[in-house]
Amino acid sequence: MIDAKDNVATALTSIQSGDMVMVVSSSQKKVCEIKITRAVPFGHKLAIAAIRKGDKVIKYGEPIGHASRDIGPGDYVHIDNVNSNRIQLPKAWYSKEP
Amino acid sequence: MITTFRGYERPDGSVGVRNHIVVMAVADCVEPVARIIADGVEGAVAISQYHGCIAGEMVANTLIGVGKNPNVAAVLLVGMGCESMAVDSLGNAIRESRKPTDWISIQELGGTSNAVTEGKRILRAMLEKVGGLKREEFGVSKLVVGVKCGASDTTSGLAANPAVGATADMLVDAGGAVLMSEPEEAIGAEEPLAKRAISEEVRKRIYRMIGDEEKRCSVPGVQTELLCRGNVEGGLTTIEEKSLGAIYKSGSRPIKGVLENSNRLLERVPKEGGFYLQDGTHLEPMTMSSMAAAGAQIIVFITGRGGTFGHAIVPLIKVTGNSDTYLRMKDDMDINASTIIEGQESVEAVGRRIFSEIIEVASGKRTRGEVLGYDNFSVFQRDPRLDALLGISQS
Repeated sequence: MIDAKDNVATALTSIQSGDMVMVVSSSQKKVCEIKITRAVPFGHKLAIAAIRKGDKVIKYGEPIGHASRDIGPGDYVHIDNVNSNRIQLPKAWYSKEP
Repeated sequence: MITTFRGYERPDGSVGVRNHIVVMAVADCVEPVARIIADGVEGAVAISQYHGCIAGEMVANTLIGVGKNPNVAAVLLVGMGCESMAVDSLGNAIRESRKPTDWISIQELGGTSNAVTEGKRILRAMLEKVGGLKREEFGVSKLVVGVKCGASDTTSGLAANPAVGATADMLVDAGGAVLMSEPEEAIGAEEPLAKRAISEEVRKRIYRMIGDEEKRCSVPGVQTELLCRGNVEGGLTTIEEKSLGAIYKSGSRPIKGVLENSNRLLERVPKEGGFYLQDGTHLEPMTMSSMAAAGAQIIVFITGRGGTFGHAIVPLIKVTGNSDTYLRMKDDMDINASTIIEGQESVEAVGRRIFSEIIEVASGKRTRGEVLGYDNFSVFQRDPRLDALLGISQS
């Protein structure tokens, strides 16, 4: 995690579902340990706290959007459960599904 | 840390890091002729723009600014003869910089072969004047460096952008100027930027520039692609997240101004140095031309997923914070900043490496893009009709 206010952290390596991961601050101090509920690719985000639908998702100490559904600790956080507070992405464009 | 470089002094007192002779096609219809004229002439590079011959004022402003850029030693403008954006009016504006500037009209000269003969004759005369220029030593205060990111992933915000931000602070502290554009990629990052404004007026201009861009991206019934597919695959979820990571490359020094880039005016970076924002677009090749037009001699480009381009006028130093991208695209990358995520190097240390690279490139070291011969050039033109419909006044 980058800022003490953050409720998401970034995966510095690819993480598998069920893995226990250690969350560290930007100064490399241990923040918590958390069990991952769904695989998180390198560079993607995981929740380090419960984020209720409508609550702010915080990274860099600033809101990057809000939860579009309830998010639990250890959940993978991406376009399927976060919406922008400013301009919503046309999500279908980003889907890999045909 | 070395803070001087060896560049080419221009008649207006600016200092180039390259010594290009530009053959400027004022519209894409004459681009092939411009290319034939430049072909085989040492130091000559042909550029064009792709908005046609009745392009708007932003295109004209950018072409004039690029002609005045210190990396350009001399300019030959090439026109068909019937275009509204006439070679003589652009040429006279570029001449304010007192560098050798001339122009030809293909219709007036009677077609391709005469135009090519006359164009090459002019270029040879220009080459005699500027080809023998020697590099001399100057301080960093003569440098304007653009910072731009693209094909971002989350490593950009975590590693490469903070490292470039550290470099930006070093440049500003040494008396140089740093420039960042991309108002769209500041949506959601207004507050951290506005906090750095040197005055209430600059603070208001930051909010207005980003607010206007948000209006352009929020037209009802129109979906706007604020993140490319690669951004999303790289882990970026919303425009706010992309923006908050993107602004790290701007460093932490006070924001001295928002440079206008509109149909009315393209403001150049003031001589006294410092950090500036520039209005415009976030799309890479067009932003690079806007920065060049504002006076940037070098651009640092940060990428997560990789990028394989350059710019015809301004050397581009490519930095990635993603080790996988660095290893897969080593040929294209100038700086590996992935050592930050791997815990081998501090943000500051990588920032110092990038600073040293800027000094070396300013003194003539060729970037990967230059070695590969990349000479991208395109120009941004905002549609004034959209702004009029949205009630956005051209400042």
